[in-house]
Amino acid sequence: MEKFTVHEGRCVPLQRSNVDTDQIIPAVYLKRITRNGYEDGLFQAWRQDPDFVLNRPEFAGASILVAGQEFGTGSSREHAVWALQNYGFKVILSSRFADIFRGNSGKGGLLTAQVTQDVIEVLWSMILADPTLVLKVDLVARDISAGDFRAPFEVDDYVRWRLLEGLDDIGITLQQDAAIADFEVGRPRFLPQVVPIQQ
Amino acid sequence: MASTLAEKVWAAHVVRQAPGEPDLLYVDLHLVHEVTSAQAFDGLRLAGRSVRRPDLTLATEDHNVPTTDIDKPIADPVSALQVDALRRNCAEFGVPIFSLGDVEQGIVHVVGPQLGLTQPGMIVVCGDSHTSTHGAFGALAFGMGTSEVEHVLATQTLPLKPFRTMAVTINGTLPADTTAKDLILAIIARIGTGGGQGYVIEYRGPAIEALSMEARMTICNMSIEAGARAGMIAPDQTTYDYLEGRAHAPKGADWDAALAYWSTLRTDADAKFDHEVVIEASELAPFVTWGTNPGQGAPLSANVPDPKDFADANDRLAAERALVYMGLIAGTPLREVEIQTVFLGSCTNGRIEDLRAAAAVIQGHKVADGVRMLVVPGSVRVRIAAEAEGLDKVFVEAGAEWRQAGCSMCLGMNPDQLVAGERSASTSNRNFEGRQGAGGRTHLVSPQVAAASAVVGRLASPADLG
Ligand code: SF4
Repeated sequence: MEKFTVHEGRCVPLQRSNVDTDQIIPAVYLKRITRNGYEDGLFQAWRQDPDFVLNRPEFAGASILVAGQEFGTGSSREHAVWALQNYGFKVILSSRFADIFRGNSGKGGLLTAQVTQDVIEVLWSMILADPTLVLKVDLVARDISAGDFRAPFEVDDYVRWRLLEGLDDIGITLQQDAAIADFEVGRPRFLPQVVPIQQ
Repeated sequence: MASTLAEKVWAAHVVRQAPGEPDLLYVDLHLVHEVTSAQAFDGLRLAGRSVRRPDLTLATEDHNVPTTDIDKPIADPVSALQVDALRRNCAEFGVPIFSLGDVEQGIVHVVGPQLGLTQPGMIVVCGDSHTSTHGAFGALAFGMGTSEVEHVLATQTLPLKPFRTMAVTINGTLPADTTAKDLILAIIARIGTGGGQGYVIEYRGPAIEALSMEARMTICNMSIEAGARAGMIAPDQTTYDYLEGRAHAPKGADWDAALAYWSTLRTDADAKFDHEVVIEASELAPFVTWGTNPGQGAPLSANVPDPKDFADANDRLAAERALVYMGLIAGTPLREVEIQTVFLGSCTNGRIEDLRAAAAVIQGHKVADGVRMLVVPGSVRVRIAAEAEGLDKVFVEAGAEWRQAGCSMCLGMNPDQLVAGERSASTSNRNFEGRQGAGGRTHLVSPQVAAASAVVGRLASPADLG
């Protein structure tokens, strides 16, 4: 996983609340067997509308999604996180995230930064006034800023540490490689192995 | 300190413990199938990681495979893609695999035990909730999600927060016509589909000790339907007798060392469970489900319940919805419910003992007109054993279909499915809406009740055949 300290990017205002994971990525995409390439399924139903914010040329290439409250509710599919990341999002801002989605995001390296709904409203008007606005998301200082505007955000301490270190779950466990190897030495020899069959 | 069986197995697998962090546990056996593994392997590939212990990992094809014409390519493109991805991933990462056509192929939870790979005191995991089956051997066995599958592939460990422990004690003796399936359905009806949430259940007591390994697997298999993470039964002579001589069971001095260890795998007399349930076996009878979750069950001799009789508002609403979906009218005797399909198989009841029990019931009878019966062995080995005993002939002569091994009609992922409105008596484990095919209606039953129902054309027990 890539380390995350500071990210600067343009924003997309997603002025909707209660965005569930079915809307983020519909169930038909769950039949796939890969872990990337889900960008085409992101907000698939809404993208049929040419005026949907993601279809507007001024927001192309943005990497920060500024969403309404209750983002990521519903089914626990990790594909929702993958789809957002595959599309190019590094940060999601909302005043409230669904628990499972927030957990999955932390594991996958997508920053879910929680700010107040007032901050979201201010950001929306700033972005709509100037779509080229670049927002700075500072995970070290735990704040976002653009020009004179500055606001703190909340993020789980453990998730913050993992993102700063660039560690996914497996990366964290692999730091215990010596302990795992030690444990393996002590395993009783009567335990089975799939190959070869003991005759 | 006195500890339970689950706590002992847990403690023996802690690689690392640190305050405020989950325990890092070592995994002895990781079972893999085509549905939940593709993204895990892809994740390894993206991160440039390998499988740490391919020798402790075993893949088999089960959920998507057809149970007829298995020498032809898989017709459904999505199924074919998943199976093909598994084969390629196993080849790339060096993981042993039993593919369609292999004599060891079968449902992942049937294959592990029959090879002797599942042993007491082990930690067994799989990206499948019914991994709890393996707890019948006194192993701690549980299902997990795809990112955990990737974690185990890469590290052979899993970070876990401790479970709570529950004892379900079954006193007395099961009545002669009552099986392990009836028992577990009754347990789930008693404690509810959420009653086991957060717990590892240990089944104990004389009625459990009297059960065969196959029957114990049926019980542990459905622990997940009570919401539990895992189910366990302490190993005893029945366990050792089942294991001895199996391909992967310890041999010689290893066997003696294993036995010495296994005999320590008992809950200490003064150990405390977080929760205890006691059930009297002699009060049980053949049990079937009438609703759309495994907790909505009743004795076969009962009537379809009236939602009005449920005290809890949620239960009442759930019952109302279930009766609409199931097309049932409150007050109808369950014995009058007509079925069109009978499914005998799955990781709950697709082992040789289950086929024997059903064959004994159906022998000399015919499947009723208008009823189709699918008999699907849980593995190729079960199929071969059944054919050696002539069970296939019993089923075919009765008018049933004798199929190849796989998950089959347990879930609507392969060609064996119910059509909308079709009603089945099924020995599988889930009666959720659409589980056996969109709009299909499922009654969970034991193998004996399945066989009797096939003959009568309505839900029935062997006693009804006279
Ligand atoms: S038989 Fe059914 S429950 Fe068992 S592994 Fe297959 S699909 Fe899952």
